Amino acid sequence: MSTTVIELTDMRKTYRTGDVEVHAVNGVSLRIERGEFVAIMGSSGSGKSTLMNMLGCLDQPTAGSYLLDGVDVAKLGRAELSRLRNQKLGFVFQSFNLLARTTACENVELPLFYTNPHVPLRERRQRAINALEMVGLGARLYNHPNQLSGGQQQRVAIARALVNNPELLLADEPTGNLDTRTSIEVMGLFQALNDTGITVVMVTHELDIAAYCKRTIVMRDGKIIRDEANTTRTFASDQRAALDASEQHADLA
Amino acid sequence: MLHTLTSPLLRAGLTAMIAFRALRRNKLRSTLTALGIIIGVASVVAIMAVGRGTQRRIQDQVSSLGSNLLIVFSKSRRTNAAAAGSAESSNLTLEDVEAIRREVRSVKAASPEVTLNAQAVAAGRNWSTTIAGESPGYLRIRDWPLARGSMFTEREVRSVARVAVIGSRTARELFGPLNPVGQTVRIKNMPFTIIGELESKGAGMGGANQDDRIVIPYTTAMRRLTGDKYPRLVTLQISSDGLMSAAQEQVTALLRQRHRLTDGRKNDFDIVNQKEIADTVNSITTMLTYLLGGIAGLSLLVGGIGIMNIMLVSVTERTREIGTRIAVGAQPRDILLQFLIESITLSLLGGAIGVALGYGVSAAASMIPNFHPSVSMGSVVVAFGISFIVGVFFGFYPARKAANMNPIAALRFE
Repeated sequence: MSTTVIELTDMRKTYRTGDVEVHAVNGVSLRIERGEFVAIMGSSGSGKSTLMNMLGCLDQPTAGSYLLDGVDVAKLGRAELSRLRNQKLGFVFQSFNLLARTTACENVELPLFYTNPHVPLRERRQRAINALEMVGLGARLYNHPNQLSGGQQQRVAIARALVNNPELLLADEPTGNLDTRTSIEVMGLFQALNDTGITVVMVTHELDIAAYCKRTIVMRDGKIIRDEANTTRTFASDQRAALDASEQHADLA
Repeated sequence: MLHTLTSPLLRAGLTAMIAFRALRRNKLRSTLTALGIIIGVASVVAIMAVGRGTQRRIQDQVSSLGSNLLIVFSKSRRTNAAAAGSAESSNLTLEDVEAIRREVRSVKAASPEVTLNAQAVAAGRNWSTTIAGESPGYLRIRDWPLARGSMFTEREVRSVARVAVIGSRTARELFGPLNPVGQTVRIKNMPFTIIGELESKGAGMGGANQDDRIVIPYTTAMRRLTGDKYPRLVTLQISSDGLMSAAQEQVTALLRQRHRLTDGRKNDFDIVNQKEIADTVNSITTMLTYLLGGIAGLSLLVGGIGIMNIMLVSVTERTREIGTRIAVGAQPRDILLQFLIESITLSLLGGAIGVALGYGVSAAASMIPNFHPSVSMGSVVVAFGISFIVGVFFGFYPARKAANMNPIAALRFE
């Protein structure tokens, strides 16, 4: 098995609206190794979401090649792409996208429904419980999303993304709907997962969130304009301590 | 290798489970949606059952007339009451009856009939009833047993005797629980000795109570009560089912000859074939049943449109869910199947409840006396089949819409 999870070569995505061609992604070459933790940044319209959709095999590039874990994605049909998403990718969305009126456990089991070969009921349940324990929600297995806080809901979503042991976690603005404290909590979880060797790619437009990652890619007009390792990385544990201290200070004042 | 074979089935099973869950989460909406199908199926099943019951009842009534009957009416008497009794109009005569009896070999029995309505008085009680002048063979023709006593004989017919056989209803009205045999009943102030009582037969064709009548010799009725010279009609019993139309032709030919009708002139009598009545009535009720059933079936169509409507709403509502499912690895056919199973489950569930309801309605209708609606297996199967087809047909479009969703747009749908 190669250690390269993602290899993009001159990838392009062109939309055509009437007579105007929009180059949403305009020649991106990129290589992401196993165990990396990458933030993709950029203003809206920079092409970061389009790139993310293509990385997630939800959208096909117009040109260029995409090797995911050594597999040329362009050559795959719809069914094979579904399978790829199911087994190699885990998605975390800004708005969680949990099924309402469905327990945390059942939400986490969702990808296993579509796994081929079939995963037996008992194993599905066990793996969902394991994933929920991994994100620290072992006590909330049978709560419905509306009984959980935003941070907890996002953690359920992360557990759902992890349940099939994917090669790659793709997170699209995972803290966009969360307050500061919960954002720290979720980023801490990503850091912890990354420490166990899981590759994480996330889209964000917040610098302080990107600072949790190991590498930052900045996009503009469909191109990568900066790609560098984070020299000053923030850690969730420090942030939490700092937040606690400042709150304590505020209380005293 | 085994798993690749079994997994489509397993996937379908799992998808079915997802669909059931979704329906359970929306109990009220699911029930309301299925209501159209419930009502449609229930009415198809109930109407078919009631139709069958009606048909059987009519058949019973037709056969309660007796079996293999030809009824000869004199036309002038039927169409023109003013001509009744006039010597000039050609009529069915007692001689005609004799001739038929003599010359048409397949005629087993012939009974001329005269009927009138009159007051019967007995033991100080008054009752308006039908007086039927008949021949002794009448009871055999009508397949009508006596509860007690005996029928009058040819001799009593020839002697114009004042004897009567009384219907069970009339007996009850006049004599209460007492045995009427041996009692005297006065009809038009003329005393008749009751020699027998008929068994109860229930309502006849057209709903008239057959048990409310007094049967007397036709000669007595004609000479002493009505003054008619001719019978109103003649009932002929033919020896076997297969000889009915041949006998009808022979009787027609004989009567035409006796009435000196030249070729080209119309019959001055009508012959009604009991089998034809039964067949006609049968085909009318069958047609009506299918017509009503068909109209009820239309409500299945309406129910189907209701299902489609709700499924479309449900697909739109669950756009994000669909996007999420596709993102985590559901294939379009999984989504298609999920929504299709939902709509089929709705319609089949509706079908099942509808069948139960149809049985209920039919059971309630069977509390009407002498009415036995019966649910046919065929109508249940057809109703079920149609509701399945409705589920597939009206569920397909929304399901396809769900399956063809663009996951990126679906995930961002607000």
